[in-house]
Amino acid sequence: MNTVTASASRPLIQLQGITKIYGAGDAEVRALRGIDMDVNAGEFVAIMGPSGSGKSTAMNILGFLDKPTAGHYFFGGAAVDHLSRDQLALLRRSFLGFVFQGYNLLARTSALDNVELPLIYQGMAGTKRRQLAREALAKVGLAGREDHYPSQLSGGQQQRVAIARAIVTNPDVILADEPTGNLDTARSHEIMDLLTGLNRNDGITILMVTHEPDMAEYADRMVHFLDGRIESDNKNKKVAGDAV
Amino acid sequence: MLYEAIRLALQAILRNAFRSFLTVLGIVIGVAAVIAMVTVGQGSTDQVEADVSTLGTNLLMIRPGQPSRGPGSGVGGSTASLTMKDVDAIEQQIASVAVAAPSNSRSMTAIFGNVNYTTTVTGTDNRYLTARDWALGSGRSFYESEQRTGSSACILGDTVRQKLFGNGSPLGASIRLKQISCRVIGTLEVKGASSFGTDQDDIVLIPIKAFQRRISGNQDVSMIFASIRTGISTEKGKADIEGLMRERRRIGPFEEDDFNVFDMKQISSMLTGITSVLTGLLSAVAAVSLLVGGIGIMNIMLVSVTERTREIGIRLAVGATESQVLLQFLVEAIVLSLIGGLIGIVLGLALGLLGSRLLSIPFAPDATIVLAAFLFSALVGILFGYFPARRAARMDPIEALRHQ
Ligand SMILES: Nc1ncnc2c1ncn2[C@@H]1O[C@H](COP(=O)(O)OP(=O)(O)OP(=O)(O)O)[C@@H](O)[C@H]1O
Ligand SMILES: [Mg+2]
Repeated sequence: MNTVTASASRPLIQLQGITKIYGAGDAEVRALRGIDMDVNAGEFVAIMGPSGSGKSTAMNILGFLDKPTAGHYFFGGAAVDHLSRDQLALLRRSFLGFVFQGYNLLARTSALDNVELPLIYQGMAGTKRRQLAREALAKVGLAGREDHYPSQLSGGQQQRVAIARAIVTNPDVILADEPTGNLDTARSHEIMDLLTGLNRNDGITILMVTHEPDMAEYADRMVHFLDGRIESDNKNKKVAGDAV
Repeated sequence: MLYEAIRLALQAILRNAFRSFLTVLGIVIGVAAVIAMVTVGQGSTDQVEADVSTLGTNLLMIRPGQPSRGPGSGVGGSTASLTMKDVDAIEQQIASVAVAAPSNSRSMTAIFGNVNYTTTVTGTDNRYLTARDWALGSGRSFYESEQRTGSSACILGDTVRQKLFGNGSPLGASIRLKQISCRVIGTLEVKGASSFGTDQDDIVLIPIKAFQRRISGNQDVSMIFASIRTGISTEKGKADIEGLMRERRRIGPFEEDDFNVFDMKQISSMLTGITSVLTGLLSAVAAVSLLVGGIGIMNIMLVSVTERTREIGIRLAVGATESQVLLQFLVEAIVLSLIGGLIGIVLGLALGLLGSRLLSIPFAPDATIVLAAFLFSALVGILFGYFPARRAARMDPIEALRHQ
């Protein structure tokens, strides 16, 4: 596991007064209006809230895909506000894994090649890459499906490939924006079990956006967004109780 | 990383094989044109040089007429013609001249049996064979007596021999040149085509006396061949001949020559000059088609980048840097145009081969130009692939992921 050089006292992720404004003038949209949030290493956080409340916007900023209009973001104790595009790409490559609602796999590309993708950009050699990709696919229960194309896999299986791609680099954090949004209930619970396992067994910090309270129950903390602000931020008592 | 980029590029190109083929057509045509042109151009230059050496680099030709006229121009009506005395004077009075020979030519029909063949009949003497360094294939040259009396003996060039006699021996046979009947005493060795594209073997030699009496009806000599002694420059020989001829023709110090001395080198450089001008012009046309080809590649790469916006978003999300995405698309453009370049090189060489066969000149492929074409198509890929690749690299990952 990559270790972020952080002082033990500081949280892995710190958002301070994060604001995001799209457009200008009459067309101005204030997607985030001052978000303060700390996430410690090893936490599993569910982000909930009505449509348009700014959840995806926050996830994009957390994932170094977008920059806030104002506020500060510390990752592993270091400010990332002024990093260049390429520096942010290097951070994504080393510390983050993404899981999207729509899977976002490369079409006409085998499951194995999809999972290898982040390793290619890390400059890893072919044999090592394939070995790690096979291991990741086995971990998500897709051993034997390496040569399948996305079009030959079910939605649940495609999302597993996406999770394999997210974990193949041994990330510190997985950012999942509605990972079960396109799946039926049974498939959704399978994906949640998989993510929970990664959180509990591998210590991967997970931030997950979801609309479904059932899925949020898997997390040990629930953050509610409303109109670009955090409305509530609670420990999940049920999970905490289960754990005892 | 580069290896990965090449692998990805080939994948992407093969995925749209037909579209890729249409895209590189401009490059293919441009490169093929350049290669074919240079190959044929080089072949004809080689041919001219080979011809000049068969004609003899030490050979000068003297004709009456204004110097500004080319070697093919007719004799000016007012200028005095040359005579046998001029031939002898050039040979005997100029030390740098080894041998001089007269030459009067006319196109005539040669008849043997029921075969008619139109050829060039040249009236000359044995010195012609020496001057042009032309050996006999069979039979003999003219006897002194035949030359003196102008009897009807003739020596056949190889083409004429073949047309009239096929595989049979012509020696001793009588052929008709219009109304004159003449006996074949010898045949010439094969000489091949000249730089002017004419067949040098398409010739019948008869004694100049016979030509003057029975064909032209006057004592004129229309051209003199003079071969310069080895070790002496043609420039020196030319100057000597010009000096003598000015004296003999009584041309004042401020008057222009009324005769012409041609040097084979001069003729060959004129011909190669024409070839290189043509090659240059056609190369310009080829350059334009390479430009068009490059624009085609830019266009298709822009289409490809737009089509693959989502793919680019995914690559950026998993941590591709700008330069990695740029490299991928740049390599794709380069591979695309190199494929075009390679097809063009193969096609160009094939056309060059065909062209040289048709023009019966040597096939002279030039390694430098092949390499240059290859590098140039890579350059086209870089130049025209850079803008689309940069567009891909600069994409906003979020917008790219949201695409479609
Ligand atoms: N690129 C953009 N340009 C302009 N406005 C945007 C852009 N992206 C998001 N917004 C706006 O910002 C606000 C927050 O959007 P966001 O996608 O973060 O919501 P969300 O909480 O993820 O909603 P959902 O649950 O529907 O996914 C919305 O009003 C949206 O219209
Ligand atoms: Mg959203």
